[in-house]
Amino acid sequence: MRILYFAWIRAKVGIAAEDVAPPVEVTTVGTLLDWLAARGPNYAEALKTRSVVKTAVNQEYVEDDHPITMGDEVALFPPVTGG
Amino acid sequence: MIRVQQEDFDIGAELARLGDGNHAVGGIASFVGLVRDMSPQAGSAGKKTGGKIGAMTLEHYPGMTEKQLAAIETEARQRWPLEDCLIIHRYGRLLPGDRIVLVATASAHRQAALESCAFLIDWLKTRAPFWKLEDGPEGSHWVEAKSSDDDAADRWKTS
Repeated sequence: MRILYFAWIRAKVGIAAEDVAPPVEVTTVGTLLDWLAARGPNYAEALKTRSVVKTAVNQEYVEDDHPITMGDEVALFPPVTGG
Repeated sequence: MIRVQQEDFDIGAELARLGDGNHAVGGIASFVGLVRDMSPQAGSAGKKTGGKIGAMTLEHYPGMTEKQLAAIETEARQRWPLEDCLIIHRYGRLLPGDRIVLVATASAHRQAALESCAFLIDWLKTRAPFWKLEDGPEGSHWVEAKSSDDDAADRWKTS
C-alpha cells in the first residue's frame, strides 16, 4: 500500500511517500490513520488533529469508514488552499 | 479543458481561443486569481513593494489534481449549457502579482457563463488538491483553509 503525504503533514511526518504493509485488522481509512499515528512521534504529531487530516484513496476523497486494500494509493493532506 | 502547469499563461490568447470559430458562443466569462502581497507594507492602491516578501510555493497532488479538476468541469457542464470551459492552475514558486489560476466559460448567454465561472472557482477552492506555502518575515507557513471558502462552495450544493 502506497501512502502519500502532502503540505504540512508531509513536513511533520518527514517523508513524501512510503510503502507500508499494515496488519490485517487495518481495513479502513480510520484504522489506517490509527495504525500510522502509533508508528512514531512524527506520525502522532502529524495526525494529532484528525479533523484537519483529509484523505483520498486512489485519488478520490473518502471518509474514515472507507475500506482499503493492499494495492491502494492512500493520500493524507490538510484542507486544500488552491485557487 | 484542464491544464496544470508551472509556466504562466496569456489571458488574452486563452480567452480568444475559447470562442474561436464557434458562433454559438455569445459570451465568455473569466476569473483570474493572483498572488496577493500579504506583507504589512502592501495594500494601498496596488503599490508594488519589490516582491521580496510575500512569495509563495504552490504544492499539489499530481494525478488527483487533474482528476478533481476534470470532475469539477464535468459538473459545470451538466449544470449549465456551456460551449467551452477552461481551467488553468499553476503550481511551484510564485511572486506577488503572479497569476495563479484562470477559469473561463463560454456559453450562448451571459447568465450561464457568469454563474458557471463563479461555481468553478468556488468548487475548485475547496476540492482541488493544492496547498499554499507562504514566505513571511519569520519564515514560511502553510496557508490555512478558510471557512468562508467552504460557505462559498456550499451555496452551489444542489440537495
